[in-house]
Amino acid sequence: METVTLTPKEQSELYIDAENITPDTFAGKSAAEIAELQVFEGNQTQTLGQYFEVAGTAGATAEETKIVIKGDVTKVKYIGMRMTGGEIVVEGSADMYVGAWMEGGRIHVQGNVDSFSGTGMKGGEIEVDGNAGNYLGAAYRGDWRGMQAGTIRVHGDAGSDLGTFMNGGTIIVEGDVDVHVGTHAEGGTIIVKGNGTSKIGGQMVKGEIYVFGTIDVMMPGYIYREDVDLEVDGDSARFALFEGDMGERHSKRKGQVIYGKIYQKY
Amino acid sequence: MAKIISDVVCPFCGTLCDDLEVKVSDDGKEILEVYNACVIGTEKFLHSQAEDRLKVPQMQDEEGNSKDVSVDDAVEYTAQMLCNAKKPLMYGWSSTNCEAQSVGHEIAELVGAVVDNTATVCHGTTLIALQDVGVPSCTLGEVKNRADRIVFWGCNPAHAHPRHMSRYSIFPRGFFTGKGHKARKMVVVDPRSTDTAKMADLHMQIEQGRDYELLSALRVAIRGNPLPETVAGIPRETIQDVAETLKSGRFVIIFFGMGVTQSLSKNHNIDIAISLTRDLNDYTKAAIMPMRGHYNVTGSGQVLGWQFGYPFCVDLSRGFARYNPGDSTSNDLLRRGEVDAVFVLGSDPGAHFPISSVKKIAHLPSVCVDPHFTPTSAVCKLHMPVAFVGVEEAGCAYRMDNVPIETRKVVDAPEGMLSDEEFLKRVLTRVKEIKGVA
Ligand code: SF4
Repeated sequence: METVTLTPKEQSELYIDAENITPDTFAGKSAAEIAELQVFEGNQTQTLGQYFEVAGTAGATAEETKIVIKGDVTKVKYIGMRMTGGEIVVEGSADMYVGAWMEGGRIHVQGNVDSFSGTGMKGGEIEVDGNAGNYLGAAYRGDWRGMQAGTIRVHGDAGSDLGTFMNGGTIIVEGDVDVHVGTHAEGGTIIVKGNGTSKIGGQMVKGEIYVFGTIDVMMPGYIYREDVDLEVDGDSARFALFEGDMGERHSKRKGQVIYGKIYQKY
Repeated sequence: MAKIISDVVCPFCGTLCDDLEVKVSDDGKEILEVYNACVIGTEKFLHSQAEDRLKVPQMQDEEGNSKDVSVDDAVEYTAQMLCNAKKPLMYGWSSTNCEAQSVGHEIAELVGAVVDNTATVCHGTTLIALQDVGVPSCTLGEVKNRADRIVFWGCNPAHAHPRHMSRYSIFPRGFFTGKGHKARKMVVVDPRSTDTAKMADLHMQIEQGRDYELLSALRVAIRGNPLPETVAGIPRETIQDVAETLKSGRFVIIFFGMGVTQSLSKNHNIDIAISLTRDLNDYTKAAIMPMRGHYNVTGSGQVLGWQFGYPFCVDLSRGFARYNPGDSTSNDLLRRGEVDAVFVLGSDPGAHFPISSVKKIAHLPSVCVDPHFTPTSAVCKLHMPVAFVGVEEAGCAYRMDNVPIETRKVVDAPEGMLSDEEFLKRVLTRVKEIKGVA
């Protein structure tokens, strides 16, 4: 695997859109060619080289390309958008839309990510050492397809609206989450190792949510079914199983109604 | 002898009452009296006659002292500001006509701006929910003629839309509602005992911020599934009663306001309220409608929608339309420092935005176009006074149920005063010159 390093130099006055920072676009290009790629600051078109020192060379394909960003890019949006392979490491925090609509490969952000990370994600892996903003792994506005496959792991906390319209894949938050988890979910797995707030699993059709900590208010559409012993992300424990949302439509399989499931650890 | 102008449309709230009568002096220059309007509507007409009305643009210098400038200077400053910015914000649009909005959008497209309207701090969340789950809605005429189950959720029309209940929702006798309010059941959901709540057959005094849970509980009750003993502070039996009341109606209408659109859960509250409406359609006819505030905020959404495909917070900076509330919305842009110039027309963010956003506006090149001197004028570098649209200028406005209504002109604007549309057209011409486009 070949590595391209981007070292932030000039801070932009406003924020920049940098959907070109992906292994897919970098593949097959030299450092000089990469520095010429377009980025956008408001209505101005600039080059990547204006804001970053570019070193190294990219691999022939996305899979063979690794991008290392040496430092904070909190004013850079769309890192890793639509990437299909390869790797991105951000040695700091990034802004919104990290790995939005990504299909493959791996993104590791050592700081925080802002909102809309993993929007409509179709595959691959995102790992965040710090916190994530709102709408992690959710759908774009009006889209009924949130995260469909892949894995997102956040070591810190996450904001609200996690996994809205999710229908596949796994989101693991090791810290706490804010309101609205898995709203409208039609599949997928959400694991919250810390505390949840209220509005968990509202309008959920299918899928599983595991909460290790507290839930201050349970949605009225959930009914306690039974206690189960499970191993979840390496932890073995006893969970209370709730099924719902009883206000929402549900399909049947083999004569059985399929409900959304919330597991709460004892 | 004074003359009476009839069928005048009130340019204040989204109810857009179209039955006003205005008495004007013989020379057509002065409004003497306004009939049929509520107090706030009347005030809007009479305020155009204020003695101390601003007539000349005012520009602030470095120290913040204002001085009078010419209209030409105002056009020049606005055009230069918009052309020099990397990402200007063009905010407001809800208190002007669709014609002016459309000219404003043309400017926005040329300069690569973000266009946002007041929905961003009121019913924008409603529009997000609409995109997520659709909406079964109707017109206010249908409400008047058919509705026998009226729900007001998180809104207080007694004060915010004073003639709504008498013209459309509660009191009028319609074609199929000949008994007027006697045959209507009124349910109000509000954590406070408002004047609207006091009139209700049933007031659910909900715990603050638990609307999503209560709406969910109503859906559960409609499906006949079991419920916890209380939800959001409301006993199970009451919830089941309300569900039955709604199911047994011939036509249910749910009106909702900023009490649910801007409290905890925001768009999800509306999303689930729409889902409840959809569920009710399995049993009867049901519709839902936002209680929109500014008289033409709905029109702004419409014009943005047909021009760019999105109803608010449209980001044109890249030359194509992008939209994502939370990213391209005014307060997020201001809070994060994503814009470098602010243009305001037909709204007053200085009075309604968080102070952190207002401070940002104060530090940027900024223009406020408004007939009044507002808190926004106080923080903007340039204040451009204009004619009152709907009083001194006609034009199209959309009522809260998306019905377009042509507003009327009742008096002339003071000598030499431009309308919003005229001012924007002059800015557009200058922007085209600067950008070198024909
Ligand atoms: S209810 Fe609204 S539109 Fe009607 S008169 Fe009053 S302010 Fe004007």
